[in-house]
Amino acid sequence: MKGYAGKFLEVDLTSNKVAETRLPEETLRRYIGGRGLASRILWDRIGEKWDSVDPLGPENILLILTGPLTGYFPGGRICVSGKSPQSNGIVGSTVAGEFGIELKCAGYDGIIVSGEADKPTQLFIFDSHVELRDASHIWGLEGKETFRRLVKEGREELRRINPRFGEWKDPSILYIGPAGENKVRVAAVMAKWTHAAGYGGYGAVMGSKKLKAITVKGSGPLPEVADMEGVRRLIGEVCDELYKNELFRRWGTGHGGYYYGNQTSSEPVRNWQEEWHDVKDYGVDRFDERVWVKRFWGDYGCPTTCLKVAMPTSGPLKGAVSDNPDYELQAYVGTNLGVFTPEGNTYLSARVDDLGICGINGGNVLGFAAELYQRGLLTKDELEGIDLEWGNVEAFAKLLEKIAYRKGIGDVLAEGTYRAALKLSKEKGEEVLKYAVQSKGIAIGAHGNRSTLDYPSYIAYACSVQGGDHTSIAHLPLNHGNSELTIALYDSAVICWFNAWTLPETLVWDFINKVTGWNISGEEWYDEMARRIINIQRAALLIGGPDLRWKPRENDENPPRFYEPLPSGPKKGRGVDRREFEEMRMEYYSAMGWDENGIPKGETLERLGLGEVDRVLKDKLGR
Amino acid sequence: MWISRDYSRCSGCRRCEIACSLYHEGVIWPEASRVRVFMLVPGAEVPHLCAQCDDYPCVKACPFEALSVDDRTGAVIVDREKCTACGICINACPGHIPHLHPRDGYVLICDLCGGDPQCVKVCQEGKWDALRLVREMPQSWQLYTTKLYARTPEDITRDLVKVLFGEASEEMI
Repeated sequence: MKGYAGKFLEVDLTSNKVAETRLPEETLRRYIGGRGLASRILWDRIGEKWDSVDPLGPENILLILTGPLTGYFPGGRICVSGKSPQSNGIVGSTVAGEFGIELKCAGYDGIIVSGEADKPTQLFIFDSHVELRDASHIWGLEGKETFRRLVKEGREELRRINPRFGEWKDPSILYIGPAGENKVRVAAVMAKWTHAAGYGGYGAVMGSKKLKAITVKGSGPLPEVADMEGVRRLIGEVCDELYKNELFRRWGTGHGGYYYGNQTSSEPVRNWQEEWHDVKDYGVDRFDERVWVKRFWGDYGCPTTCLKVAMPTSGPLKGAVSDNPDYELQAYVGTNLGVFTPEGNTYLSARVDDLGICGINGGNVLGFAAELYQRGLLTKDELEGIDLEWGNVEAFAKLLEKIAYRKGIGDVLAEGTYRAALKLSKEKGEEVLKYAVQSKGIAIGAHGNRSTLDYPSYIAYACSVQGGDHTSIAHLPLNHGNSELTIALYDSAVICWFNAWTLPETLVWDFINKVTGWNISGEEWYDEMARRIINIQRAALLIGGPDLRWKPRENDENPPRFYEPLPSGPKKGRGVDRREFEEMRMEYYSAMGWDENGIPKGETLERLGLGEVDRVLKDKLGR
Repeated sequence: MWISRDYSRCSGCRRCEIACSLYHEGVIWPEASRVRVFMLVPGAEVPHLCAQCDDYPCVKACPFEALSVDDRTGAVIVDREKCTACGICINACPGHIPHLHPRDGYVLICDLCGGDPQCVKVCQEGKWDALRLVREMPQSWQLYTTKLYARTPEDITRDLVKVLFGEASEEMI
């Protein structure tokens, strides 16, 4: 088996035991790794009782998975998964950094974590030396301090185990901040300082298991590949191709803060009440001049370096370090909150990082709360004195802390926009779900589809198996580069979308086959392999539970706001056309082999060899 | 011949490690790379490799005559047969730059790939310009010593974060 280390770490936190496990090559050939393999492992282990498994309980399984291209394809990512406390389905949530490479070099393709520890715990991996350790001394710490201590302690430990080696490089670390510890459903699994696996809410899953961090150092080489010369050549080809994209290298997604608002009318402004603005001071040039302290920053092997390091160097917000902020955070803890300064945006971005909150889901719930405040539905009293006016950076920072520590109203908002909206609707006797801009419990990424100039498809979020996740959208035809069947490939091989989307498609297949020695074609992927993954995810999403379940078809919807006409900008008046949307939704169901309610048909699942999924689905949905 | 370095330009892409281990080991092997990018503080990436001190303290310190200086390139050459992995050269290096091969018992020191360093090549391909090859040091500049680069990763990082983050850097390392 080429491209794989061949072993997975099996960690049971309840019994405090660590073991090694292997998966048959046939399973890996079918599900590759990352998101695909996660869907298979989760279904095998908890599929039968999916509806009763509490995502924040000991029965849930946290998966940290690499793919065969980890370390080989330029740019490093790792995929985090499990039963999502946001959607109650399966989300493949990837985060950049060297963790996957270190894990492979340590001899493992992934980590399967089950159970729940009785006290704060961390996992330390140095090759085959694997240990569960006490984490009481770092429990409660914010992100940067957690990271600093773990790098220091990790290197000391490496020195202790192998004192003659010389200077040990930093190990790689995944960790949670206070939000994850407090089982906040918008908590992320963090890497470095500013990298997050945000969608899905797996920071809360880690917190529920009392697992504060995983530290890994691998001293071996990456696993053997089928054709090293071919892989070496392909690394060069991918880099050469991506080095050409100078503007993206220079600005990353930071050009979006102005561009997606001004040019494509698709940026959330004040909780999506608008999607257009003309604030030139929010252009990438201003970020560049005013807050960027490092202009090219990338992870392992990355030719693109869409990351930048940002910090206000003067004024009341000085010293807050974050990345770019990237477009999603420029939008979600910027324009979406009425914040239009690079300094304010960088400060809030640094706060979500430090508290371990997903910037997208966290910024979404902040915007939701601020709109309720604007409408008098949430009072200053309920906010314990916080004046949640649009643009008030300090107020949003205070509310973020309340969310991370579940204090006061923060306890309600910590449940994420959808669940908070349900609760507040009940409490206030007024329906506030119409201000919740989400899909299946997951915040909609900062790319609106009302103008159709950016995300052109009305079904993008409504029919995705990962809800509002803007990186995994429903799109026709199914083999289109934007379709989630394509994204499932990137998330399963575990490569970065930004390093793959501009490449000729054949190059990615070539890469996979030169690493694994298999012969996977686009045809096989789109006809069978991707569909297996998406259908397992769809089944899990429809079964859902235990706290809430999605209604077939009825919940395959755009948020109410997207039917309101855009109030400003060149695309003023545009909104999602309901008739057109419903036609597209039906077309999508049919292309996927789902019935008129969006439930995978028996014959579809049978054809894919997923008969057991069909049986459980029929049973749980009572059909 | 010598590799000049500008830490502030390092993107942290570590393609130098990939190129180095592919050249020397035939595989991708970050810990067996002769150049290693330390990231003790995110954003402050430090490519760490032999500085070729003018007095070569590592060579002098080796009790087994396993280290020598290449006449043509000035690189330190490790004789794998003679090296016992005792680690004396690591401690003799002011920057603790050498480290042991993670599997085979000998010390790893940059050999400039025999005069065509692969790390510089890929760094230049990426237009990062953090590593640059200096082919000759003119006689009149012989007072300049590359030994200044022989510093520990912590030491370099401490200065680098000050430049990047100013006062905020105090609690970072």
